[in-house]
Amino acid sequence: MTYFPEEVVEHIFSFLPGQHDRNTVSLVCKVWYEIERLSRRTVFVGNCYAVRPERVVLRFPNMRALTVKGKPHFADFNLVPPDWGGYAAPWIEAAARGCVGLEELRMKRMVVTDESLELLAKTFPRFRALILISCEGFSTDGLAAIASHCKLLRELDLQENEVEDRGPRWLSCFPDSCTSLVSLNFACIKGEVNAGSLERLVARSPNLRSLRLNRSVPVDTLSKILMRTPNLEDLGTGNLADDFQTESYIRLALAFDKCKMLRSLSGFWDASPFCLPFIYPVCAQLTGLNLSYAPTLDSSDLTKMISHCVKLQRLWVLDCIADKGLQVVASSCKDLQELRVFPSDFYIAGYSPVTEEGLVAISLGCQKLSSLLYFCHQMTNAALITIAKNCPNFTRFRLCILEPGKPDAMTNQPLDEGFGAIVRECKGLRRLSISGLLTDKVFMYIGTYAKELEMLSIAFAGDSDAGMMHVMKGCKNLRKLEIRDSPFGDAALLENVAKYETMRSLWMSSCNVTEKGCQVLASKMPMLNVEVINELDENNEMDENHGGLPKVDKLYVYRTTAGGRDDAPNFVKIL
Amino acid sequence: MASAALENLKATELRLGLPGVEDDSPAPATPRGSKRGIADNKEEEAKTVTAAPAAKAQVVGWPPVRSYRKSCFQQQSKSKPAAEAPAPEKEEAAEAPPPVAGSGSLYVKVSMDGAPYLRKIDLKMYKGYRELREALEAMFLSCFSSGSGDAAAVNPADFAVTYEDKDGDLMLVGDVPFQMFMSTCKRLRIMKGSEARGLGSSSKE
Repeated sequence: MTYFPEEVVEHIFSFLPGQHDRNTVSLVCKVWYEIERLSRRTVFVGNCYAVRPERVVLRFPNMRALTVKGKPHFADFNLVPPDWGGYAAPWIEAAARGCVGLEELRMKRMVVTDESLELLAKTFPRFRALILISCEGFSTDGLAAIASHCKLLRELDLQENEVEDRGPRWLSCFPDSCTSLVSLNFACIKGEVNAGSLERLVARSPNLRSLRLNRSVPVDTLSKILMRTPNLEDLGTGNLADDFQTESYIRLALAFDKCKMLRSLSGFWDASPFCLPFIYPVCAQLTGLNLSYAPTLDSSDLTKMISHCVKLQRLWVLDCIADKGLQVVASSCKDLQELRVFPSDFYIAGYSPVTEEGLVAISLGCQKLSSLLYFCHQMTNAALITIAKNCPNFTRFRLCILEPGKPDAMTNQPLDEGFGAIVRECKGLRRLSISGLLTDKVFMYIGTYAKELEMLSIAFAGDSDAGMMHVMKGCKNLRKLEIRDSPFGDAALLENVAKYETMRSLWMSSCNVTEKGCQVLASKMPMLNVEVINELDENNEMDENHGGLPKVDKLYVYRTTAGGRDDAPNFVKIL
Repeated sequence: MASAALENLKATELRLGLPGVEDDSPAPATPRGSKRGIADNKEEEAKTVTAAPAAKAQVVGWPPVRSYRKSCFQQQSKSKPAAEAPAPEKEEAAEAPPPVAGSGSLYVKVSMDGAPYLRKIDLKMYKGYRELREALEAMFLSCFSSGSGDAAAVNPADFAVTYEDKDGDLMLVGDVPFQMFMSTCKRLRIMKGSEARGLGSSSKE
């Protein structure tokens, strides 16, 4: 192979499907390493602290698309204190110095400032796609900079970010010459936008395929926009509240009628049930539907609509849909692949309108189901066993029983057997979240059967160190392990230290790990960062503990080539 | 059917008592194992009713729902959607449940003698001592019953709820007006009755 001209080798590499394979060929010899790194276009960094940004930019100076992820997953649930880290600035600054050809930037759970966005907008002349997911730290002024300076912008996709609102000006910053937009998602922007600016922007964006509005955009603006976007494939509606006359609904229905390419629908902010029938005609062509931000719709509203959605592959909905609604989904949506049922009420000891029965019905009707997120108040082993047999194709299975430690609703037994059936039947399972009353046995099952498992989330489960040890021993492909409020301690932490080098990260909070155990881990494994996160306690005292050893509140362990990070706050100790 | 089913139910019931030890005290006040609609045990039913106010017991970061989603629902519960939580208070506002106007929160640690790990609750969630006590009962008697190594059966009346005030003193909960308690309480501690006898055995309001 080394006798081929570089261009040929490079061309062969271009057929490699992913980063993982490209990393592998880089190891073959120096020549291949060089060819590969100079031709790498897409770089994915799963943990921003695993490698220094300068090093990435140095190795891949010609990269076009960069993805960086920051805080650990449990940050979504406020378990990571604010100011922990995950700053975007070093990445954007490094790219600005060494990689001006950058075109796309994707960031998740990072802290992004307006200054960084401005630097981004002004530095990269070919920049065309900014995707920010669950980020924070910036305002609409930063968006104004992006709109103003990114002349070739195609994608501005803001998903569930915390954005400080500084007025509607940002949307008007797109110059008249900007006609390249393909995707615009500003659903998470809290403030109003100028309707006229929005309509004009859409009118001059013939390539627009995806548009997600925010809560402030009224129905009539939506109707006007839809008249101009016949090629729209993905729509997030604005406000669908019940303030208006039938005329507005009729206009909306006419507008929807124009959108023959529409495949995915979301938004439904403050949606009135009255407007839904005007959307029915669109339903038959939908493959994706997100009604999970519409608590104003009840079970019968939802089921009437969903019964029209015969091609649906992805459905996100609130538990108001109830078991009987899920039965309608099961009989109508035979192509369903992904289902998420979110709680409409966040109280722990209450009840949900959905139970194990709804999920069993889904498993019977939707044989293609591969991805599930389900919040409910009760589950049974029998149901889980049935579900496992009906749907052996699960790749993602996340079940959240709202009351921690709740047993089988019929037998009062732990749910070990039920989850055991899931891991045994679903041989391709890559992601699993377990809940309810669980003993070490469930972990024995997981370690034995879940051979493809990459991500495991544990809460309020297990009896002893043996539980975690089963997982660490058996799950060969484990990349991310996150545990909270479970009785695993130092013995489990230290049983298989070499494994952490094969994983992206480990999170343990409110477990039984002590600082001593963490120190031992850090000393045995210098290529890991062992972060002990103890939130500031006013009295500066230690919590109740066993045997006088101070327990660690939160522990975050990750492999890294970058050494200890220098941006850690004072409540983070890196061992 | 009733007595046999009851027997079976009792046999499989998870509780803190040693096997073979009869537990005559009422079951913990949370609906556990009872399917909706099945109420052949009147005692069970009564416990379910009193458990409703205890629903407000909150665990940090649970259920695992993104703050973004929680804050959207808070906005929707207000009459006009335009109002939003101020940015620096994001974490606190997101923790408050939908009906409560987010005026910040007051998290304190709660420890219980014998329990392996602590909990945190938001004192602002409760209107008074009774709600607080019910919430604590729900939180500790259900969540920790499976993992705890305690041999004794759990009877809520055996425990006294105490707190550490701003001066570092251990006080019995219930003596001062609730608002005053909220402003001086630094952390809570649930003590076994035998230890609490010095402070007064009953801590009920």
